[in-house]
Amino acid sequence: MSEVCRVTAERRGDVAILTTDGYINNQGGEEIARQAYLHLESGARALVLNLERTRIVNSIGISILIEVLEKVMDRNGRLAFCGLTPTIDKTFRIMGLAQYAAIYPTEAEAVGALSSP
Amino acid sequence: MARRESARMTLDATGAREISMPIPVAPDMEIVATAQAAAVGEFIEMPRDKIDEVKLALVEACINAFEHAHARDDRVHLTFRVGRENAREFLEVEVLDRGRGFDQASIEMPSAEKTFSGRQKRGWGLQIIRSLMDSVAISSGEGGTRILMRKYK
Repeated sequence: MSEVCRVTAERRGDVAILTTDGYINNQGGEEIARQAYLHLESGARALVLNLERTRIVNSIGISILIEVLEKVMDRNGRLAFCGLTPTIDKTFRIMGLAQYAAIYPTEAEAVGALSSP
Repeated sequence: MARRESARMTLDATGAREISMPIPVAPDMEIVATAQAAAVGEFIEMPRDKIDEVKLALVEACINAFEHAHARDDRVHLTFRVGRENAREFLEVEVLDRGRGFDQASIEMPSAEKTFSGRQKRGWGLQIIRSLMDSVAISSGEGGTRILMRKYK
């Protein structure tokens, strides 16, 4: 059995929106990182990670998300999460992601907060 | 919510009902385990968000066993148990490996500061399990490791 995490990307100005669908384990995390870095290299200033179609993550996948977050912070960019289940939200808070990245209920709120005025 | 026919359970001597299953140490087997946890949680009509917490804790327990136990039989043995304590129904999951065990005192507590300073990104499994479950008991020695974790409905 293979539980593949699909990641789709959309660009709105300098905000890249990555939407995940499925289990964020090491492979899922690496695919998110790969797409995130492509967008950062091509000028994205902010990343929104929409997890509304993901109900399960593991700490290996989250550790890769932390690396993405660190890379965004190194570039003085911003990263926000949205669409988290209560359990994933709680886990992100346990691991400290909420101290460094904003969490919004919806994609519209996240994009609105990160878009340039 | 309808009770699943697939979640058939035996009645043990204490009145608790349980299902046992071994899973091989192999990629993504933790997801197979979470499907069973969900079925048992639905059997007692546990709210979905609580089932999700059990599933995530179980994933972390399985991954720890896969990565660190070096189990002699290449298996992780799972038991899903439902019962009642002081009128509160619970789902209990036992994760047992026949590996080399570990010294709990030697486990360094993770922290956001250490994680974000780059010193220690991994090692969050036990902390996540303890935070998501209502009670957790861990015993470990030369015969292996047993994690017993319980979530009340």
